[in-house]
Amino acid sequence: MILVELRKMVRSRRTWTTILLIDALPTLVAILLAITDLGPRPGQGPAFLSAVLTDGTLFPLAALAIVLPLFLPIAVALTAGEAIAGEAQAGTLRYLLIRPVGRTRLLVAKLVSVMAFVVLSVLVVAVTAYVVGTLLLGKGDVTTGSTSISGSSLSTQELLLRTLLALAYAMLCMLGVAAIALFLSTVSESPLGAALGTLAVLIASTILLTLDAASALQPWLPTRYWLAFVDLFRDPILWRDVVRGVLLQLVYVVVFLAAGWANFTTKDITD
Amino acid sequence: MIRTAALTKRYGRITAVDDLDLDVREGDVYGFLGANGSGKTTTVRMLLGLVLATSGTIEVMGQPMPARARQVLPEVGALVEGPAAYAHLSGRANLALFDAMGPGGGRASRARRVDDALARVGLGGVDSRPVHAYSLGMRQRLGLANALLRRPRLLVLDEPTNGLDPQGIREIRGLLLELNAHGTTVFLSSHLLAEIEQMCTRVGVLDQGRLVVQEQLDVLRQPTGRVVVHTPDADRARALLDGQVEHQDGERLVIRVPDAAALNALLVGGGVRVASLTAERRTLEDVVLAATSAGSDTFSVPAVAR
Repeated sequence: MILVELRKMVRSRRTWTTILLIDALPTLVAILLAITDLGPRPGQGPAFLSAVLTDGTLFPLAALAIVLPLFLPIAVALTAGEAIAGEAQAGTLRYLLIRPVGRTRLLVAKLVSVMAFVVLSVLVVAVTAYVVGTLLLGKGDVTTGSTSISGSSLSTQELLLRTLLALAYAMLCMLGVAAIALFLSTVSESPLGAALGTLAVLIASTILLTLDAASALQPWLPTRYWLAFVDLFRDPILWRDVVRGVLLQLVYVVVFLAAGWANFTTKDITD
Repeated sequence: MIRTAALTKRYGRITAVDDLDLDVREGDVYGFLGANGSGKTTTVRMLLGLVLATSGTIEVMGQPMPARARQVLPEVGALVEGPAAYAHLSGRANLALFDAMGPGGGRASRARRVDDALARVGLGGVDSRPVHAYSLGMRQRLGLANALLRRPRLLVLDEPTNGLDPQGIREIRGLLLELNAHGTTVFLSSHLLAEIEQMCTRVGVLDQGRLVVQEQLDVLRQPTGRVVVHTPDADRARALLDGQVEHQDGERLVIRVPDAAALNALLVGGGVRVASLTAERRTLEDVVLAATSAGSDTFSVPAVAR
C-alpha cells in the first residue's frame, strides 16, 4: 500500500505544481539579490541570506530557511489534510477499505507518502537553489571554509554535516505538522477543512509566541522551536533549543498520530 | 453466504437498521429492496465492514465480519453508493491502482486482470482519457469492473444500473446473470422494483430499518386465483360466467376462477372471442406496498398523534 500511495503522489499533477510554487520563492529571491546586490545586514532577515552574496553555494541553506517557516508547512498541511478526507470526498476511501486495505496500514501509507513529499520538495528546493545560487551569485572560495553565524569558519565537511542535521530537524518539525493535519483529516469531511484547521493551529501558535501573557504556554506551542535549526550553525552548536524542539515535536507526533489512529480505526465510513 | 443476526445500527437516537436477520444463500440473486432512507446502504456498509454495527452479528462466507475482513473481502466485489475513481487518471490506470492495493493482486498478471474486467463490462476498447471525462454510464461500468477485478464469489451491488441507458441496463443484467450462472452469488440492493423482479431469485424488503419480507420471489408472486380476460364480447362473457366476474372495465374482465385453461375452454365454447387471457399473479409491487409504510422521504403528520 505504501508503494501505491507513493505512486499516486508522484503521478499527481498537484504534487509537482506545489513543489514548483514552493521553489519559485527562493528562486525569485536569488534573482533579486543578483540584480540589486542588496542583501540584508548580517543577523537580520532570513537566516544565511547575508552570507549568500559572497558565496552562492550557501544559497541552498538560505533557500531552505526561506521555505521552511511558511511555505513548506502550508504544503504539508494541504497534502496531509487531503490524505483521508480527500479520499473520502472522492468516494475512493470506501473502495480502498473494501479491497481490503487495513485502516492502520492506510494511515501509515499516507504518512509515509506525505513525508516522501516533504523530502522531495526539500531536495528540489536545495538542488535548484544550488544551481541558481552558483549561476547567479557566483562561487565563493569554499576551500577556505564558510562562515558560521557566530563568525568563525566551518569546513565544508562540517557544513555538510550540519546541513544534514538541520534538514533532519526540519523534517521532524514537518512530521509534527503532518501528524496534526492527518488527525484532522480523519475527523473532518473536507480536505480543505483539515488543511485550514492545521494552519489555524500553526498561526495561533505563532501569534501566542509573540504574546508575553502566553509565556506559560509557549514552551508547548508547536512552532516554538521551529527555527532552532539555525543554532546548529553556531560555533559551538547551541543544543538546548534543538533538543527541546525534538522532544516537543515527538510529543506532538505521538499524540496526534495516536488520536488519528484511534479515531480512524473506529470510525463509520459513511461518505 | 451472508447471514446476520439481530443486526442493529443506531446513530444517536435514530435507529437506521433494526434487528435485521438477513439470510442470503449461495447461488442466490438476492434482491434487497427498500425505499430511500430505509437503511439499505447502512446495511451494505455494515456487511463490508465500513460501518460498525451497534449490536448483532454478521457472517459473510461463514466468517465473522468485520473481524475477518482481511480473509473475507478479497472474495467480495462491491459497488457501494455509486462508483468512485481518481478523476485525473484513466480507467485502466485506476483499475491498476486499485488492483495493486490489498492482498491478491500479483503484479505479473495485473494487466491481464484489468483488461479482463474492462472487457467484461464493455469497456474493453476504452482509450486513455481521464475518468473525469467519462459519462455517468461509463463510470458505472468502471465501478463494476473494479468490483470484478478479483473474480469474487460474492458481489454486493448497490444500485448497479444507475445512470445506464436501457441498452446498458440490459447488458449489465445479462452480465450479472451470467456470473451468477457460473457460481457467483449476487446481492443486489435497489429501490427499483422492476429491476429486482426481472433478476432476482430471492427478495428481502427493508422498511424503516426492519426486514419485513424475506422470501423466494416465486413464492411472493403466487397466483391470486383470478384471471384477467380481454374480450370484445364482454357482456356475453358476463352472462356466461354468472357472478364470477369481480370487476369489469370496458373490455377487461377480472374473473375469480381457479383454472385459467378451463375458463378459456368455457368462454370459447360459449362463442366468446378471447383477445387475451392471463392468470393474475401478485406483483412484487403489491407485496412491497402491502408490507411497507410510506417512504421515509414523506413527512406527513400521522393520523393518530402520539
